[in-house]
Amino acid sequence: MSDLSRRKLITAGLAAAGGVAGVGLAAGLARRYGLIPPDHAGFYGPGETLTYAAQRILTKHSMAREFPPSEISKPPFVNEVAPLGDQFKRLRDGGFADWRLSVDGMVARPASFSLAELKSHPARRQITHMACEEGWSYIAEWTGVPLSQVLDQVGVLPEAKYVVYFSFQRDWWDSVDMSDALHPQTLVAYGLNGGELPVGNGGPLRLRVARQLGYKNVKYITRLTVTDNLKKFGQGLGSASPEGGYAWYAGI
Amino acid sequence: MSDSAWVATPAIAIPARTVTPRHSALVRVTHWITTLCFLALLVTGVEIVISHPRFYWGEVGNVNTPTLFKFPIPASRATVPTGYGYVLPDQNGWSRYLHFQAAWLAVLTGLLYVISSLFSGHLRKDLLPGGADLSWRAWSREIADHLRLKRPSEEEAWSYNLLQRVTYLFVIFVLFPLVIWTGLAMSPAVASAFPTVVTAFGGQQSARTIHFFVSVFLFLFLLAHIVMICLAGFWSRMRAMITGRVAIEKERA
Repeated sequence: MSDLSRRKLITAGLAAAGGVAGVGLAAGLARRYGLIPPDHAGFYGPGETLTYAAQRILTKHSMAREFPPSEISKPPFVNEVAPLGDQFKRLRDGGFADWRLSVDGMVARPASFSLAELKSHPARRQITHMACEEGWSYIAEWTGVPLSQVLDQVGVLPEAKYVVYFSFQRDWWDSVDMSDALHPQTLVAYGLNGGELPVGNGGPLRLRVARQLGYKNVKYITRLTVTDNLKKFGQGLGSASPEGGYAWYAGI
Repeated sequence: MSDSAWVATPAIAIPARTVTPRHSALVRVTHWITTLCFLALLVTGVEIVISHPRFYWGEVGNVNTPTLFKFPIPASRATVPTGYGYVLPDQNGWSRYLHFQAAWLAVLTGLLYVISSLFSGHLRKDLLPGGADLSWRAWSREIADHLRLKRPSEEEAWSYNLLQRVTYLFVIFVLFPLVIWTGLAMSPAVASAFPTVVTAFGGQQSARTIHFFVSVFLFLFLLAHIVMICLAGFWSRMRAMITGRVAIEKERA
């Protein structure tokens, strides 16, 4: 073996060892700073982890773009909704007076809020862009209570890492990390374009996550659970979406 | 056994052994990783378009707004009025996962290629048309030869011709960056951190439409690339890109 090929071999060996150590170090740091998504296992794990980690670092304090009222999409956009059943119809006939949003899990004071109680909080209105993973989008004005205010009221424990939210539609539930949960534009929304939030758009209550795609904005929310571990929910992938083959993180 | 032979006659043997490959190992490896990624991005991109085969201009676009153009095909979602009485199976979940995974791999591979090409001289020597004849006559001869699908000469197996250099530079430094940029412009999180990524194109739907057209150009490049390889000799060019060697044994023997 010549000197040249020996040197090449040593260089390649060092580079490989450095690469393995680098990946190991990066993985350790990523775990420590909460940059690993719950659906990180499997074939698509590396890409998903890179996307989530990169976007978490780059968008830590970023605000979704807000638009002037003239940009609001006309005619108002309504997605198709599956039948919601008799119980929903009864609640709707009662003007949703009996609709509750309960908050439990890693909180000091578990609570349950009526629509009126949520509306008594200082509201936030924002005109933002909502895009579906299919490719279409619309701009609308959302009114609601910042989720951070609701969480403040129940006293989130310092170990909390995620907020899981459940829909009246049993198959629908999702979760966001605390970065999105405490983000000022993340709303428990009850109003759209100046009026009540229509049922077709998720009324009476929808979680509005302004920096993620449409499917993270779960309609008809009834319950929030604060947790430090998503493994306890469903198949442990963070939301119903990965169970149906879709990414948990939808910032892209 | 061969080692002892080399030692016996080093002056003759070494140059024969260290024949410079047509394509360096780095070019070959990055080429095939990019090929794999591009095919994955192409198939999954088509799948994602099928879920909403309508294109728009500006900031927003949905079934209530006019389209720039649309494809007369059935969709994989019931939300799109296509005129067909059926809905194709939904493939968006894995398509999106694979699209972004392949995009990451392609971007990292591309960075490795561009950075190492800067240092190795591959960019300057093999890609920039620097020393080449850039006169109108040279251009028109080159284009005419290509249009006539003329088989390249033997020397061309050892370097890129003028049209090839310009095309490769355009793909590497215009089309790829543009397709990455417009792809990122569709991400609501990226748009929140860097709004100009979107506003530079006049809106998120414009970025989506440009992303589509750049992909079409990349696909056309792929087709032209394959046609040229077949004209130049499919197996010899494949061999050059896989093993690095050019098949001209006849002359050497």
